[in-house]
Amino acid sequence: MSATTLPWEQPNTRIEGYVRQVRRKFFRHKLAVWGLAVMILLILIALLAPWLAPYPPNEVMNAFGAKPSAAHWLGTDQVGRDVLSRLLYGTRVSLFIGFATVAIYVTFGTFVGMAAGYYGRWLDMAVMRITDIFLSFPYMLVVLVIVSVLGADMATIMFVLALFKWPTVAMLVRGSVLAAKELDYIKAGVALGFRMPRILLRHLLPTIIGPIIVSATFGVAGTILSEAGLSFLGMGVKSPQASLGNMLHDAQSLTVLTEQQWLWMPAGCMILIAVLAVNFVGDGLRDALDAKA
Amino acid sequence: MGTYIVRRLFIAVPVFFGITVLSFLIMNLAPGNPVDMLINPNIPKELLELKRERLGLNDPLYAQYANWLSGVLQGDLGYSFSSYAPVSRLIGERIGPTLLLAAASLLFGLLIAIPVGVISAVKRNSKLDYFLTGITFLGISIPPFFLGLGLIYVAGIQLKWLPTGGMTTLGGDGGAGDVLLHMILPVTVVGAAIAGKKVRYVRASVLEVLGQDYLRTARAKGLRELAVTNKHALRNALIPVIAVVGAEIPLLLGGSIVIEQVFQWPGIGQLTMEAILSRDYPILMGLNLIAACVVLLTNLLTDVLYAAADPRITYG
Amino acid sequence: MMAREAMPKPMLQIENLKTYYPVRRGLFGRASGFVKAVDDVSLTLYEGETLGLVGESGCGKSSIGRSVVRLERPHAGRVLFEGEDITHVSQSELRPVRQRIQMVFQDPYASLHPRMRIFDTLAEPMIAHRLAKRGDVQAEVERLLQLVGLPRAAAHRYPHEFSGGQKQRIGIARALSLKPKLIVCDEPVSALDVSIQAQILGLLQDLQEELKLTYLFIAHGIGAVKQVSTRVAVMYLGRIVELAPSESLFRQPRHPYTKLLLGAYHPPDPLLRGMDRPIIRGDMPDPSRLPPGCRFHTRCPYARERCRGEDPSLTNDEHAVACHYPLA
Repeated sequence: MSATTLPWEQPNTRIEGYVRQVRRKFFRHKLAVWGLAVMILLILIALLAPWLAPYPPNEVMNAFGAKPSAAHWLGTDQVGRDVLSRLLYGTRVSLFIGFATVAIYVTFGTFVGMAAGYYGRWLDMAVMRITDIFLSFPYMLVVLVIVSVLGADMATIMFVLALFKWPTVAMLVRGSVLAAKELDYIKAGVALGFRMPRILLRHLLPTIIGPIIVSATFGVAGTILSEAGLSFLGMGVKSPQASLGNMLHDAQSLTVLTEQQWLWMPAGCMILIAVLAVNFVGDGLRDALDAKA
Repeated sequence: MGTYIVRRLFIAVPVFFGITVLSFLIMNLAPGNPVDMLINPNIPKELLELKRERLGLNDPLYAQYANWLSGVLQGDLGYSFSSYAPVSRLIGERIGPTLLLAAASLLFGLLIAIPVGVISAVKRNSKLDYFLTGITFLGISIPPFFLGLGLIYVAGIQLKWLPTGGMTTLGGDGGAGDVLLHMILPVTVVGAAIAGKKVRYVRASVLEVLGQDYLRTARAKGLRELAVTNKHALRNALIPVIAVVGAEIPLLLGGSIVIEQVFQWPGIGQLTMEAILSRDYPILMGLNLIAACVVLLTNLLTDVLYAAADPRITYG
Repeated sequence: MMAREAMPKPMLQIENLKTYYPVRRGLFGRASGFVKAVDDVSLTLYEGETLGLVGESGCGKSSIGRSVVRLERPHAGRVLFEGEDITHVSQSELRPVRQRIQMVFQDPYASLHPRMRIFDTLAEPMIAHRLAKRGDVQAEVERLLQLVGLPRAAAHRYPHEFSGGQKQRIGIARALSLKPKLIVCDEPVSALDVSIQAQILGLLQDLQEELKLTYLFIAHGIGAVKQVSTRVAVMYLGRIVELAPSESLFRQPRHPYTKLLLGAYHPPDPLLRGMDRPIIRGDMPDPSRLPPGCRFHTRCPYARERCRGEDPSLTNDEHAVACHYPLA
């Protein structure tokens, strides 16, 4: 049996792989590219904070509430700590919480959503109702209340932020799986007698990964905002540890707000920049992966 | 349609009970109990024990839950630890300002989002579209408290145009005009967040409708693009946008805490913070439960409205 | 043609198979009716033969194929493979059986995983079933590619880099990777250009000879079935209406439906691509509201009073037919 000519051997045919196609579409999205650049920069700042920061973040200087100067580019806070150093460390904490929390809930939500969507029947019913229950609670309210009850250390904050976010991922994944499991190439895996883990992880997951990635990216932005909100209210990351949100906590006092802008402006701008950058990356990924998430 | 609504209601019942269980459990995560909070060397131990017994705190958890639930079903959410007032009354007193703020913000947000989204869609991929998209992302990405603080700083303190917080001027007449003036800043902040979220949605929705055949026909008949957009696309594109406004309710309720804190707005958001700081668990439990039930109901309503608005959904 | 007197072994027995799809309505989504996709079908496949299963789309032929490979669970009835009931065993008990029954899917564009290289697509089944040692996989994949007429270089490409016919060759190679005895071919050529169809059919025939395969060959086009089948079963609305050795059926169809199907068939002409669908007056009835009596009477030019009231059953002879008034 002779094979016909293979497409890639013919002249003038350009075959583009999936990854390359995604990359091309992403880099066409200018804002997304800028977002990616800023995001990488911020990640570097977060990783290198101990080397970049001019002072240890919790070290108390003799000048407190000092205006920006050559020694303290962004001044010092009311306790006398260097604001720039705290800003760098705060970025580190905020980004860590953002990425780690999303990693936790996206993994869990994907797992649950795949199981519900693939097995269906009673498991699907149960998961759907449980997600309904979790999603009925207004996110900020319930997270705030639980954190205040359990006490605000970083692990607790991440756990609670994740606890009320996984259902959104589970629902998204469930929907994708319901559509994808009818695809012939997934059914082929069943007919070939593959075990469930192989079908779910090697065949199904790569098929539905696009919307998951997009939702995870927007999730990082959302989680950074949520943590900032919690810390702003004094229920998030606790002093002396710096987070971008708790640096704004003090601005609730009128004196700080009106007379010591260096205490809250930089942290607020940092949150805005970080969230904006991540959102742009998410938007670029959504276009590139052609995913409605 | 009727059976669809009934079925949707039946699904809501187990969810309601799940909500009550979760609300109850959250409050019981707390180490210790309210009586322990009253630790005061002047109160004799026997009295504390008596109080504990009277509050049913020595019963097993499920009995406490059953007791609490039967109260809830009769509208009794318990009593505040700090003021001893019924929780339902406390929440009732504070819900008005929150609803006022939420409704005004929603309206304001949509009034911005719809025209911006439509223009963005009609002029898709133009400079204007990119500019509006950029602004939109700013709206999604800015922390509401930061925007709020910024506005207070600029409009309230530097320019002295607007009051910086509260719902009425102290010692003022407390009239509608005064309240309206106080609402401008918080409504701007919340409205911006809602608009940011909705613009993308409106844009996508209009784009989808613009791509459809009958519109191409209308365009072929020589109608100007914008006229086409107004007449045909808008109605079809906006039905889903309006119908899913209910999806913003949890966001508004959750977000109210931060906003009311920033603007000293006397609603349930502030009540929440007060209750958190004084560890007033019955209030928190009641707030959580009511908020979740409101969300459950709006979701129910949204589904029904959506089904009614979109004939493509079958009620099978 | 199959020599029946040689007493071939039955390989696959389908007994009274019923596949119903519930039509959900009402308050709790209780099934208020059923689409009877397969309604009491019995069939036996003998070793080494190709049984063609033909009918219009929606007649239930694909449901039979999917039930055989247990992608669907039938409502009632049994499927026996080499004497073993595979209808009610669990997925894990089914695994060794799956190795012996494989499937070639209709749409080669949809049946290969787009994110997997051909090498992985072909190697994965062997690895999962432990049919090849790690070191032998490479050689095995190359052997499979050669078997279906593709060059070795194909292994390192992705599905989208191939034409439809080449993809279907890969689909066949994947089915062969487990060294099956029975292959369910679910309309394997209907998504392909006519010129490619003949190549793929030829390949299937060559492979059958070389590897001693048995085929359940499902198609809606008469042409493909005629080329490859030793016996043919004609389906209409969930039932088999005629079952006969290929030569006999095409020479002298006995069911009016078969006759109309054949009459509407013209040998493939590239200019008439997609035109070789049977043209029979009227539409197929709603399969959830089957007509009483013979299912075909609403469209049958020869229908008489009896056909409206009494459901004919399939005769039990070599040229079996389910008709009260079979054609001579």
